[in-house]
Amino acid sequence: MKMTGSVIKYGDNIDTDVIIPARYLNTSDHKELASHCMEDIDTTFTSRVKDGDIMVGGWNFGCGSSREHAPIAIKASGISLVVAKSFARIFYRNAINIGLAIVESPEAADAIAEGDTVTADLDNGILHDETTGKDYTIEPFPAFIQTIIENGGLVESIKNGSIR
Amino acid sequence: MGMTMTQKILAAHAGLDKVEAGQLVLVDLDLVLGNDITSPVAIKAFKQMGKESVFDKEKVTMVMDHFAPNKDIKAAQQCMMCRDFCGDQDITHFYDVGQMGIEHALLPEKGLVVSGDAVIGADSHTCTYGALGAFSTGVGSTDMACGMAIGKAWFKVPPALKFELKGKLGKYISGKDVILHIIGMIGVDGALYKSMEFVGEGLASLSMADRLCMANMAIEAGAKNGIFAVDDITKAYVKAHSDREPVVYEADADAEYEKTYVIDLSEIRHTVAFPHLPENTKTTDEIGDIPIQQVVIGSCTNGRLEDLKAAAEIMAGKKVAKGVRCIVIPATQQIYLDAMEAGYLRTFIECGAVVSTPTCGPCLGGHMGILAENERAVATTNRNFIGRMGHTTSEIYLASPEVAAASAVMGRIAAPEEVL
Repeated sequence: MKMTGSVIKYGDNIDTDVIIPARYLNTSDHKELASHCMEDIDTTFTSRVKDGDIMVGGWNFGCGSSREHAPIAIKASGISLVVAKSFARIFYRNAINIGLAIVESPEAADAIAEGDTVTADLDNGILHDETTGKDYTIEPFPAFIQTIIENGGLVESIKNGSIR
Repeated sequence: MGMTMTQKILAAHAGLDKVEAGQLVLVDLDLVLGNDITSPVAIKAFKQMGKESVFDKEKVTMVMDHFAPNKDIKAAQQCMMCRDFCGDQDITHFYDVGQMGIEHALLPEKGLVVSGDAVIGADSHTCTYGALGAFSTGVGSTDMACGMAIGKAWFKVPPALKFELKGKLGKYISGKDVILHIIGMIGVDGALYKSMEFVGEGLASLSMADRLCMANMAIEAGAKNGIFAVDDITKAYVKAHSDREPVVYEADADAEYEKTYVIDLSEIRHTVAFPHLPENTKTTDEIGDIPIQQVVIGSCTNGRLEDLKAAAEIMAGKKVAKGVRCIVIPATQQIYLDAMEAGYLRTFIECGAVVSTPTCGPCLGGHMGILAENERAVATTNRNFIGRMGHTTSEIYLASPEVAAASAVMGRIAAPEEVL
């Protein structure tokens, strides 16, 4: 899996209430959720995000509620990958389960700057910052999670019987 | 190397004699929970999985609590979707307006969780049931759908932190002060991916309400679960609420803990978490004069009878300060009834507070108490993130029911001793 995009960067403890405020949880429509993504801390996000862009965050990205609407809103905004120093555990599961690519790398999340162009090669575990020319090695997913991703998420994995 | 309480429950539910931290396991579930916000997404996923029926209609539960009684048309549609699904699937434990309460207060009260169970819920505060000596954790809607379909969930077996409690809580100090103190100490990711295991002689001074409140906020330290050692208080609670036999798992003497914290309960003071993270804690004597416009007493963290009793005792015969709106939300219908019969509701109303039907409502900025620009609230809820209860410039100060009640009377953040 490979993706290239420009970086939109945030800080530590980006919580699910700012990713998608609860006042919009009266819907599960992906486009509608995306239209309010990040608005409480960044009113410009929805207008400047482009398909394929890469979101970078600090420690404990996605902390707070279990709402799957959060990774859904990010994915439906066009974000192809989230890189963070660490992820809150429910967000981590949810992202994998719905097929939003996420990568944990304190080093990359620190060094990559807003607006940089980054290419990610998840199969070979490399993040390449084209703007600075720097490479970062990333941990591949464990086999169990690979199975879920290769099958297109948890729903598909159950449907086709690869998890029973 | 031995196993922690959490590891033993996971091993037993995975059909294994032994597990260790880092191992991936597929676990049989005793209960799968969803609410009116997360269930619609799960129902859609469940239907995509091509399953005809849920794995066990007794072991799936849905509670309409977040935006119910329906706050708007979209919320009404979401509840209808859950209602129709539970009707079609003949789900035994579907809780709609009239029977519903805030899920994490309701499920223990209804006896749906007992010690030794493995539970997932599409709500982050599902970790609450660790107070009963169960493994329970929050997941997303797709995990919930998978749980409904096959009665299983995958987990990475967590490492653990041990909290050795000793001493006794002081007067007007409760479990909320203890857990806020702990989160202030270890940070909002201090227990990330880990279990928080609470043990020690100090447990004897903690009521089930204190323990449920503390386990509830394990997620605010990033934990996978919080769990309490089972004692006579737990057993008495389970016996009073459920016909099922509890299964007690004790940690092995040589269980591995990454770190052990010794907490002397007698040293815990009134603790308040300042905006915008639960780790920004101060004690009330460090605070100074912070005027407030709203107080919320309720939620899955602090909407139990003991919480209402504590608040009512402080507010009795006093008035809510001018310019403050005080909203009291009993967490379940039973708590509402018990609080009514005990006279607490009369106390609140005479004091100038309002009493609402059970709902998560204002805790997540849904309805029943949204904050305007620059307003400040003291809340017994669990999160004080930016915009959580309303306008993005509003501020939430998390506190115990005792501090919230005193603050309502004083019109600023206050300790109970200031009004008594």
